[in-house]
Amino acid sequence: MTASFHRLAILVSCMGAVFPARADEISVAVAANFTAPMQKIAADFEKASGHKVQLIFGSTGKFYAQIKAGAPFLLLLAADDETPARLLREGEGVPGSSFTYAIGKLVLWSPKPGYVDDAGAVLRSGRFERLSMANPRLAPYGLAASETLKALGLSDALQARIVMGESITQAFQFVASGNAELGFVAYSQVHKDGQRIEGSYWLVPSRHYTPIRQDAVILKKGQGVPAVEALAAYLRSRSAVTVIRSYGYEI
Amino acid sequence: MLSAEDWAAIRLTLELASTVTGLLLVVGTPIALWLARTRSPLRGVVGAVVALPIVLPPTVLGFYLLVLLGPQGPVGQFVEAMGLARLPFTFPGLVLASVVYSLPFVVQPLQNAFMAIGERPLEVAATLRASPWDRFVHVTLPLARPGFVTAAILGFAHTVGEFGVVLMIGGNVPGETRVVSMQIYNHVEAMDYASAHGLAGVLLVFSFLVLLMLYSVGGARSFWGGGPR
Repeated sequence: MTASFHRLAILVSCMGAVFPARADEISVAVAANFTAPMQKIAADFEKASGHKVQLIFGSTGKFYAQIKAGAPFLLLLAADDETPARLLREGEGVPGSSFTYAIGKLVLWSPKPGYVDDAGAVLRSGRFERLSMANPRLAPYGLAASETLKALGLSDALQARIVMGESITQAFQFVASGNAELGFVAYSQVHKDGQRIEGSYWLVPSRHYTPIRQDAVILKKGQGVPAVEALAAYLRSRSAVTVIRSYGYEI
Repeated sequence: MLSAEDWAAIRLTLELASTVTGLLLVVGTPIALWLARTRSPLRGVVGAVVALPIVLPPTVLGFYLLVLLGPQGPVGQFVEAMGLARLPFTFPGLVLASVVYSLPFVVQPLQNAFMAIGERPLEVAATLRASPWDRFVHVTLPLARPGFVTAAILGFAHTVGEFGVVLMIGGNVPGETRVVSMQIYNHVEAMDYASAHGLAGVLLVFSFLVLLMLYSVGGARSFWGGGPR
């Protein structure tokens, strides 16, 4: 009896050596624009650590409301740096746990090849009916787009042609469906599996807009959970950073 | 408490809902009449198509409309060939989408009302040599009045409460497609809960009053009802 118990104990400790920590299943809230890279990163992380990661994709504004209402997320990968900061101020995050995991880049994109030139002069041409962008009030990429138009002195001239998506995903959809000829989208959206998709685009110079910092923060419910700390560390590892960059983000 | 933008959204919503209700009564009446009277084998198919928006998630409907009305879609190409402006992100586009979205809420009460009248009063009128038009105006319409009231109120209210479709094809253009439900969503997403509460409260009170009207003065016995008293 004691012997078999010992054998069990040895077996368990051996398993502990293979899986460094207890294999936890953790819920992670991820900004919709980071869907593709995060799926890849999470799969790599699961393979490397043995933890299970459940990803929930959505808008940062909704995540905020859900976290305030007690949602069971342990880690948040936001689309901005403001929401994690606000959660920290309001005591919903673990102090000192936030970090920038990606910096987004803005592009002016059209699915038509040769439509958007590499200086953005098409914006002054006036030959389009609709320019799509994310709502500046709701999405950091929308704010960056409106800052860019302001920097170019085109805000007033183009006002009547702007259509706004509630998220950068929707801004992309308006252009992809042809309902808007061109639009400000995330550089990461014109990448698929690390490859650039069809069409033409202008990578907006970063001097035109405030950097789109996407911060992550460990939430109160994730405090002291080894799998959460492991994933937060993994996001900063060389292999994760390679994936993040291949999807058009800076870091 | 409400900003100028909120008021603009309220005005736009009322304008949209009244336009849509008017159009729906015109479009819905012949459909409901046909559904109530026909023995055609197509009756089931048409009835099911009209009722689809009740079952389909509005986002699905909105997504289809975005594709259909877009420059590559059949409706979009037809509109372009007619030399008209593209529909998504415009008020006329929203009107068209809302007519589709609210159609069953107008057709079904009307159909129920017409069916409740039955054939007898019309046959009697016919023996008195009333023409089909006379029968419709002087027999069907007065008898189906409660059905029309229910249909109009439901069509109006359902359009006011529309969200998923607007989200998909609206594009958030102020004074054109930014209706109340959209504006509330914007407030919530922007974490401006105070403004969201203000406007949501207005919508709640409004919806309650509309339903109160439906259940008390409307003459409707049930939600879908509207048979003659």
